[in-house]
Amino acid sequence: CGRGSAPRSMPEIRVTPLGAGQDVGRSCILVSIAGKNVMLDCGMHMGFSDDRRFPDFSYITRNGRLTDFLDCVIISHFHLDHCGALPYFSEMVGYDGPIYMTHPTQAICPILLEDYRKIAVDKKGEANFFTSQMIKDCMKKVVAVHLHQTVQVDDELEIKAYYAGHVLGAAMFQIKVGSESVVYTGDYNMTPDRHLGAAWIDKCRPNLLITESTYATTIRDSKRCRERDFLKKVHEAVERGGKVLIPVFALGRAQELCILLETFWERMNLKAPIYFSTGLTEKANHYYKLFITWTNQKIRKTFVQRNMFEFKHIKAFDRAFADNPGPMVVFATPGMLHAGQSLQIFRKWAGNEKNMVIMPGYCVQGTVGHKILSGQRKLEMEGRQVLEVKMQVEYMSFSAHADAKGIMQLVGQAEPESVLLVHGEAKKMEFLKQKIEQEL
Amino acid sequence: VLPMCLSSHNTLVIKFFFLSAFFPLKLETQATGENLEFRLISSPRLSNLPGWSLKDGSAFLDKELKECSGHVFVDSVPEFCLPETELIDLSTVDVILISNYHCMMALPYITEHTGFTGTVYATEPTVQIGRLLMEELVNFIERVPKAQSASLWKNKDIQRLLPSPLKDAVEVSTWRRCYTMQEVNSALSKIQLVGYSQKIELFGAVQVTPLSSGYALGSSNWIIQSHYEKVSYVSGSSLLTTHPQPPERTLLPKVDLLILTLLTSTPYDNPIKCVSSFASTFLALTVRNGGNVLVPCYPSGVIYDLLECLYQYIDSAGLSNIPFYFISPVANSSLEFSQIFAEWLCHNKQTKVYLPEPPFPHAELIQTNKLKHYPSLHGDFSSDFRQPCVVFTGHPSLRFGDVVHFMELWGKSSLNTVIFTEPDFSYLEALAPYQPLAMKCIYCPIDTRLNFIQVSKLLKEVQPLHVVCPEQYTQPPPAQSHRMDLMIDCQPPAMSYRRAEVLALPFKRRYEKIEIMPELADALVPMEIKPGISLATVSAVLHTKDNKHVLQPPPRPAQPSGGKKRKRASEDIPDCKVLKPLLSGSIPVEQFVQTLEKHGFSDIKVEDTAKGHIVLLQEAETLIQIEEDSTHIICDNDEMLRVRLRDLVLKFLQKF
Repeated sequence: CGRGSAPRSMPEIRVTPLGAGQDVGRSCILVSIAGKNVMLDCGMHMGFSDDRRFPDFSYITRNGRLTDFLDCVIISHFHLDHCGALPYFSEMVGYDGPIYMTHPTQAICPILLEDYRKIAVDKKGEANFFTSQMIKDCMKKVVAVHLHQTVQVDDELEIKAYYAGHVLGAAMFQIKVGSESVVYTGDYNMTPDRHLGAAWIDKCRPNLLITESTYATTIRDSKRCRERDFLKKVHEAVERGGKVLIPVFALGRAQELCILLETFWERMNLKAPIYFSTGLTEKANHYYKLFITWTNQKIRKTFVQRNMFEFKHIKAFDRAFADNPGPMVVFATPGMLHAGQSLQIFRKWAGNEKNMVIMPGYCVQGTVGHKILSGQRKLEMEGRQVLEVKMQVEYMSFSAHADAKGIMQLVGQAEPESVLLVHGEAKKMEFLKQKIEQEL
Repeated sequence: VLPMCLSSHNTLVIKFFFLSAFFPLKLETQATGENLEFRLISSPRLSNLPGWSLKDGSAFLDKELKECSGHVFVDSVPEFCLPETELIDLSTVDVILISNYHCMMALPYITEHTGFTGTVYATEPTVQIGRLLMEELVNFIERVPKAQSASLWKNKDIQRLLPSPLKDAVEVSTWRRCYTMQEVNSALSKIQLVGYSQKIELFGAVQVTPLSSGYALGSSNWIIQSHYEKVSYVSGSSLLTTHPQPPERTLLPKVDLLILTLLTSTPYDNPIKCVSSFASTFLALTVRNGGNVLVPCYPSGVIYDLLECLYQYIDSAGLSNIPFYFISPVANSSLEFSQIFAEWLCHNKQTKVYLPEPPFPHAELIQTNKLKHYPSLHGDFSSDFRQPCVVFTGHPSLRFGDVVHFMELWGKSSLNTVIFTEPDFSYLEALAPYQPLAMKCIYCPIDTRLNFIQVSKLLKEVQPLHVVCPEQYTQPPPAQSHRMDLMIDCQPPAMSYRRAEVLALPFKRRYEKIEIMPELADALVPMEIKPGISLATVSAVLHTKDNKHVLQPPPRPAQPSGGKKRKRASEDIPDCKVLKPLLSGSIPVEQFVQTLEKHGFSDIKVEDTAKGHIVLLQEAETLIQIEEDSTHIICDNDEMLRVRLRDLVLKFLQKF
């Protein structure tokens, strides 16, 4: 999707999506620039469990080995749709070159990969999947990068990371060979949220900007409104003595929502207990504490007096608490209600109409989360048991992507010659394409 | 390139082309130890010290000068010796590059009081920890009750008569009182954060890059380069891996100029031995005998290593029941900040963060209540205080801060020990005002900066064309004048500098990089004149903007425009209707003179100059300067004559 004005010179830049082009999931883009080949992200698709789960590497391997063809691989952040195929790619297909990512991504990514592997192999019984050892071997090929550090991949190819917001450690990358350059945004967020800052890039004038476009058509209602809505719902449920279940993934939104509730409880002087399920979430909060330089300005400034990730009102959850009388709020993993603690609690609480479940993110088809969101109220559980859902079911999107306005802002910051939209739906992209051509 | 030294070794200005870079700025606390401070809670001893008078008996100085065990001290609010600011106009300095947090202590003096308007670059840990150091300093000084600075002794005629080291103190008239927190905040707000290996473009002409120097959290060496010249500034580097990221050395080679400063101040001590004997012997011995240990220190840096060392030796050294106290207005912040800079730490510590665990074990010491930290002596500390104990506190000069109290409290007992680990101050001078002391004193400097063996290895590896360093490194230390190994030895010899000295370097810019537009490059027709060397003539417009030079295709002859304005094209390429021919070649002076004579000029004199010749036409009062790369006709009033001469010159040159 070109940007109208004629380019200065005619650099040879080729972009081949191996995964997400005009859809969301399994992000994987091959960029060839002045004779160098760089692979951007290596994600998996949560909706498939066959070949379509991973990107199509045969596009490269039919002509030779990955290591010979690729100069480097760059991972923008730890979400599985951006890094989930990495061990498969490096250990099973075979790649020995460098893989670049930021420090927080390098720290957190293997944990999520292991989680993903456990669910696929142990729960769903899939064979021919990558092993724990492969995850470890794959991570040995990772080179961590600092923000704004210019990494010299070889004599000609250099890459540079910029802050992207979105999740802890998310980065945008500039890829440069001589005077030709491409910027890949990964997923990003142009408005600071409760725990992260806004994406920023300098006026680097790339030949091509490859940007995500998940929310290409929406100018989203302000974050404040959604937050107020969320708090109101939780508050109402607690006031009427109900129990609130919030299924979350361990890292990311969980922390944002915890901060939100923590400050609300403080301000309103509420007494109902808030819990988060133990294990990963507690560990996750620890990552946020140690990588606090990656969070937003306010949290960084005040962390000595008060570390925002040390919660006063939020306590560790014990299985026995679920049967306690009276209102409570529980954050539990996993986020799609497909297994584990969140599902257990859900089964206990589903029958009472005073209770509420809030789904703060997207759910894949086949999961309990997806079923109740699509209106199903009678669920068949294992052992032919039927669970009747009487509790209130709410959906609330808290995922942090740039909306149309944000994308335009970033284009304005970087001043690219051309813009390429990926990681979105075809129709919405068409709309944004016109908008970009009009305004720039 | 013109380095100017602005203090004895830490501040340097480099005029790189038209650009000045400025390396600060280690604030020299009066390391010579003349400054004594009396804020001692119950210290009849110090306030009763006799005043000191001149030999002729005049006693007017006795309010300012005090005598203790044969040494003379100034009794005053502490003052600080600044980098030289008179020598250059700081408003002409474009950037300040900070190497590490110790080297930014004078920053508020520069940014707030000199007309400096440029940019300051530093890494995030440097700024955060630098802020803590300044905050502590300001806080300590504010607690000093003396309102008056001593000034009588600074009079040149009087200073001359004082005993050493007072009479040798430099630039006493420019010593200044401490800045305020407001000035600190304002100074820090002017800093632009940078990451290691980030390339920062300055005015399109120069690129600067900080590289890890391995000495402290966020400490950096700097590379300053243009397309054809490269200077590296290696300041406070370390090859010993303690907690910071190891030094980056890949970008150092091939430099034209290496500036080397802040080497180890303790070339004969082994810092690793010092760290390990610190806990296992010195500290353990004292504590076993029921004594207290005082460790004067800065609130960040070596203290992290010492705490880690204690952590390892707690059981083996019998320290399990001994409390550790860390007293500083920024103790809490420093301990917290140390845990959040994972990316700036050595590999082992990074790996811990990935687990995720705090990188430094002092988190565990705090959790288990072994280490307690307090903002000051007052408040909680006085009720928690238990002896025997280990106290870490500042200021390491022993001139102000809570350390003064502990020196007074414990100085009289030989059971107690003070252990000096900070290398910046001479421990003998630090202790002088407290003499006589019964307390044991152990000097165990932990200075991980480069020693001379490492420097000579580095120089072999890097092979710089020129080396510049402070004068003191080009000769053996005065106390060890036979130790020829304790100096920098390289070929060609290092050029040295002193405070307030301007150094001219044999370093000349010769080339400039110019980009050629593709369509212009396409049109070139190179001819091979020698095997491997081809030449082509280029007719183009040189477009220079932000110090970037681009050759663009020359404008086409004006097209008869059909009323349409082609604004865009004419914006890009400046109008120049007639293209002047391009000239090349050289002018043989003898033949040129003959030609002049042929054309009726007489009385011609030729003078040789350094760069070429001057042809004098005495009668016409006219000069023709012929140099390698230029020819000037200097002829004041006679345009006809100038044109005639020009045409004669042109005859010798080829035209394109």
